[in-house]
Amino acid sequence: MLQRLRERIDLTDVLMFLVGGLIVALVVVGSWTTLVEGKYNSRQWFDLILFGVALGGIYALIALGYTLVYGILRMINFAHSEVFMAGPFTAYFLADEIGRSGFLDENPVVGLLMIFILAMAISTVTAVLLERIAYRPLRFAPRLVPLITAIGASFFLQYFFKGLYGPNIKVYPEIAALTGYVQFGEFRIQNIQILVIVAAALMMFGLHLFIQNSRTGKAMRAVAEDKATAALMGINVDRIIVITFTLGGALAGAAGVLYALMFKQVNFMMGFIPGIKAFTAAVLGGIGNVPGAMVGGLFLGIAESVGPSLFLDGLHIPAPYQLKDAIAFTLLVLVLIFRPSGILGEKLAQKKA
Amino acid sequence: MKAKVFLFVALVVALTFVISACQPAAPKFECKDKLGCVDIGPNDPIHIAYAFVVSGSDATLGTDTKYGVELAIDDKGGKLLGHTIKLSGQDSGCNAEGGQTAGTKIAADKTIVAVVGTNCSSEARAAMPILSQAGLSMVSPSNTAPDLTDPAKRVPGYFRTAHNDKVQGAVAAEFVAKQLKFTKAATIHDGSIYAKGLAEVFAENYKKMGGTITAAEAVNVGDKDMKPVLTRIAAGKPDLIYYPIFVAEGGFIAAQIRDVPGMEKVAMMGADGIFTPDFLKAGGKNTAGMFWSSPDFEAFGGEYKPFIEKYLKKYNVKGVLAPFHAHAYDAANIIFAALEKGTIKDADGTLHVQKQAVRDALQATKDHKGLTGKITCDPNGDCADPKIAIYQLSADDFAKLVMPTKGVWSPGSADYKPK
Repeated sequence: MLQRLRERIDLTDVLMFLVGGLIVALVVVGSWTTLVEGKYNSRQWFDLILFGVALGGIYALIALGYTLVYGILRMINFAHSEVFMAGPFTAYFLADEIGRSGFLDENPVVGLLMIFILAMAISTVTAVLLERIAYRPLRFAPRLVPLITAIGASFFLQYFFKGLYGPNIKVYPEIAALTGYVQFGEFRIQNIQILVIVAAALMMFGLHLFIQNSRTGKAMRAVAEDKATAALMGINVDRIIVITFTLGGALAGAAGVLYALMFKQVNFMMGFIPGIKAFTAAVLGGIGNVPGAMVGGLFLGIAESVGPSLFLDGLHIPAPYQLKDAIAFTLLVLVLIFRPSGILGEKLAQKKA
Repeated sequence: MKAKVFLFVALVVALTFVISACQPAAPKFECKDKLGCVDIGPNDPIHIAYAFVVSGSDATLGTDTKYGVELAIDDKGGKLLGHTIKLSGQDSGCNAEGGQTAGTKIAADKTIVAVVGTNCSSEARAAMPILSQAGLSMVSPSNTAPDLTDPAKRVPGYFRTAHNDKVQGAVAAEFVAKQLKFTKAATIHDGSIYAKGLAEVFAENYKKMGGTITAAEAVNVGDKDMKPVLTRIAAGKPDLIYYPIFVAEGGFIAAQIRDVPGMEKVAMMGADGIFTPDFLKAGGKNTAGMFWSSPDFEAFGGEYKPFIEKYLKKYNVKGVLAPFHAHAYDAANIIFAALEKGTIKDADGTLHVQKQAVRDALQATKDHKGLTGKITCDPNGDCADPKIAIYQLSADDFAKLVMPTKGVWSPGSADYKPK
């Protein structure tokens, strides 16, 4: 009996479990102490969660691009963070122009729509060209090859846009309609947060409907399941792949504008950090899984925003916000220890192997 | 037969020419300097390098100091010891990696005789060991971290004309505690040796004067979302936030601070790293009314006024880009003086720059009359005549996107009066 148990459990598993357990224990102790000390009031908690939801919504939109492509091509499109940058960086020039002329303040809805459409179009074109030029010729190459190509494409796009628009930071105009806030009792929500959360939710809902209910969505799911069989059923696989990149690109472009409106600045490196975070979110939720990317994004955004105040404050760690990235990646480690396929991840062993 | 004899004679004549050309015309110069010499031919320029951050969000810091060096060269008529001065540069990126790259590139160029740079303290921390190894000396116009001239950590050949933050942090703390009479303050740094050092000096002095530090926070370089960290700081209800960081992150703090409940009225104070119009652009309208600790332009000598007029005219700018142009001018000039002392000139105009002699001459700099005051290098490489003032941005300056030229308070001046 003991012999069999010893054979089934190896040392690494035990060690990982202990590491995981230790982290969970620290989180519980830290959170408990923070809550007992009562340093923050309910309004401050609400604010922290809200910041997290807004940022998480943006992470989720980018993460969808990673997860859609992974679901269909089984590759990580590392150049996706540059697709995210291309749209808002280009749309800056339109935003700046209509911001200066006063058009944006007079017709915020039309102006914002113009910015969104331009950014989404540019990001989509970038994503589709990326697929056509960098990935399609390597469709049947070993899996590592397109991965390295993606990293190369990422650098190429960064420096291409640096050369095109210059290395300096560009500042998005302030839009009067987005600067105020709405008060609910003692809580308040900024207009920009409302825009980000509502827009992200609408887009995710739209994507969900599209994938579940439309013919093309059904074809996408079929290709994700098995490319060869889908092709035999008369599905044009190349077309589906282009559509996937189009969707991912458009969502990234929209996320980029939301990001630029929230933080007011764009430059050629703006995609790097959100791209890594969104990739983490996609893995966290279960890569290849669409609702997983949404859950992962929100989860990561909230953890980053609330985590340092909740877990680390209680442990009396000085300057906890410097460690917010550490929290994000520790979460990733935890999920990979306890649920290797992600929060909503498919059981790889049964379905895909 | 005749042809063969002719060929032989021709060969002998040719050989004689070759041998005579190889023989030295004059006794060869022998370099006795411990760190070696840089030889400059009669028609070659004297090559000085800069390592400044000239791109990215902190580009104004580097551009401002670059202008200072260029103006120093202009004032010399572009010539030193009868040779033209050649200035080449490396972008040091305001981080350790950029400093290391710039240092390596400069060290690899054997024609370079001295370096002006770097801007950010973290760049110097990485670049200086490489440059020192190559026998070069560097004078920084804007490194202010106390760490760099700490006797235990200072690298030989390192000098600076910028103030040490031990001075800046103390002046900032005195202003907040004694002039504004605030009892609670919070600090934010970004993990760089400059920001961390300055925030610590401020906190130490402020506590000594009876103030309380409600939070000593830190952000990461590249962070954009400052609301969570500001919400955490808001819980301690500080009267003022001191954030001596750089333009990108500082801009996000200024832009987002009023959106955080509890932070609607809190006073803000930055330092010389964000004393630039680019910070006003990044931070937006919330920067009006904000304070800065930065070098005191008014305490500079009488030469400063014509200098700044030249600066504004030559580069066609409305106001100064950053606070260290005069320090850069002084840094270039003490390098010129040291090169004059440490160089041997041959009759034909060939120069032999002795690296150790140049380093010793820099170390011996005493009572050099600079724009920023009297420059005297102490044994740790601190050469500045440090004068710090507190500035406040008026709504009018914000509208024009220029930094104030006059401080509102400096140690020993009349009490600060809120406008």
